[in-house]
Amino acid sequence: MKQPKKTYVLGIETSCDETAVAVTMDGNELLSNCISSQMEIHQRFGGVVPEVASRRHVERITIMIQDALEQAGIALQDISAIAVTQGPGLVGALLIGITAAKALSLTTGIPLVPVHHIAGHIYANHLVRPLQFPLVSLVVSGGHTELIYMEAHNHFECLGKTRDDAAGEAYDKVARLMGLPYPGGPPIDRLAHVGMETYNLPRAWLELDSLDFSFSGLKSAVMNVIHNANQRGEEIQEANLATSFQQSVIDVLIEKAMRAVKKTGVKRLLLAGGVSANRGLRSQLQARCDQDGIYLQIPPIELCTDNAAMIAAVGTYQWWAGNEAALTLNAEPNLKMSAVHR
Amino acid sequence: MKQIASWDLATVEATQELGEKLAKVLFPGDVLALEGELGAGKTTFAQGVARGLGITETIDSPTFTIVKEYPSKLPLYHLDLYRLQTSEEALDFEEYFYGDGICLIEWATRAKDWLPEETFWLHFSVGEEGSRHLTLTYKE
Repeated sequence: MKQPKKTYVLGIETSCDETAVAVTMDGNELLSNCISSQMEIHQRFGGVVPEVASRRHVERITIMIQDALEQAGIALQDISAIAVTQGPGLVGALLIGITAAKALSLTTGIPLVPVHHIAGHIYANHLVRPLQFPLVSLVVSGGHTELIYMEAHNHFECLGKTRDDAAGEAYDKVARLMGLPYPGGPPIDRLAHVGMETYNLPRAWLELDSLDFSFSGLKSAVMNVIHNANQRGEEIQEANLATSFQQSVIDVLIEKAMRAVKKTGVKRLLLAGGVSANRGLRSQLQARCDQDGIYLQIPPIELCTDNAAMIAAVGTYQWWAGNEAALTLNAEPNLKMSAVHR
Repeated sequence: MKQIASWDLATVEATQELGEKLAKVLFPGDVLALEGELGAGKTTFAQGVARGLGITETIDSPTFTIVKEYPSKLPLYHLDLYRLQTSEEALDFEEYFYGDGICLIEWATRAKDWLPEETFWLHFSVGEEGSRHLTLTYKE
């Protein structure tokens, strides 16, 4: 490990609809965390619009880099490494962050470090309380649903992932079927708070020992409920349908996470990704972990969604391990964790 | 457009098996356009096609990244245009429509203006008891 003085890392994240730049010190202290969300624009369209996302990233990225350095009170020449999200994500959106990072690296000579977006979500927790190993992390967002095992820094092992839709994607699509706004998580979570579980919806457990997820069948089941009610001219009990859907998702997420904890024998579970903002998931997972004697760590909501601080945090450990990228670094929309974090 | 075949599919497995069977008769450059509402079986069918092409990787939803590529003897390009708003945006993906692999496009109507004339159109609709009806149409 090369740690001559304090390590300042500039993180850049543009994998989806947030343009984010941040500076961290020694990988665990947040000096600045600038996020420019495009949520309002995409809300009008009911989803992220790739072309709009790319254009907005271009408009915002240089200003955001300046802002992040200024707020951190750090000069560019004091930055040790530039960490950037290489994937997964939208290719056009990723490219903006990567191109900015490469240009900055080329002109300043500061090394470039590639980061996997999911690794970033896990390290959001590190900014609140240092990660303690071994641990299992349940990463749930609009594009991902994965269980990751870590026995040390820079070590990521995927235990299971979705075979079709991501959990957050299921929320967005079911919200669309129910005529609720985008993103689908918050309105369904709110309705689920007041409804009852009256609709019988499936839970996809898959094979007995599988830690994979599947939410496509659940989406179809909700569609069938709505379809059948429409044909019979019946009203949908909106709050009850939201409750039934959410409970099905939560049951599977919790059960699979606890299976992963049991299988690896760890005592620590980390929740990460945008769906960790879901109140139902947070409270039920906490209750289950208390019952099973497992320590649960959940990052504050502002670090659950996409941000660049988490990218800078991972980037710091990657840089200490000597994982630098060449200036030929390219965006990888389907990036595998093993391809970047060795 | 002329309807050349139709199927009634009772289960998820039946949908996958049909995809697997059709995959065996595809040629490099073939484009399959899939249409049907949310949850109608488009991704399920795509999983069957991938299996038929000998791809063992998990075929998950491409909604988030719009396109996923799967290398194999006959590479599979799996696209989902659900999140696109205008026909112009679909033009960004034109290289896939005229590629050397099999191009499978969900919510393909959004790219109608740019797709080859020889595109196979598959329309999924939901029937009673969760069954699915699938029709295949092709140019005159």
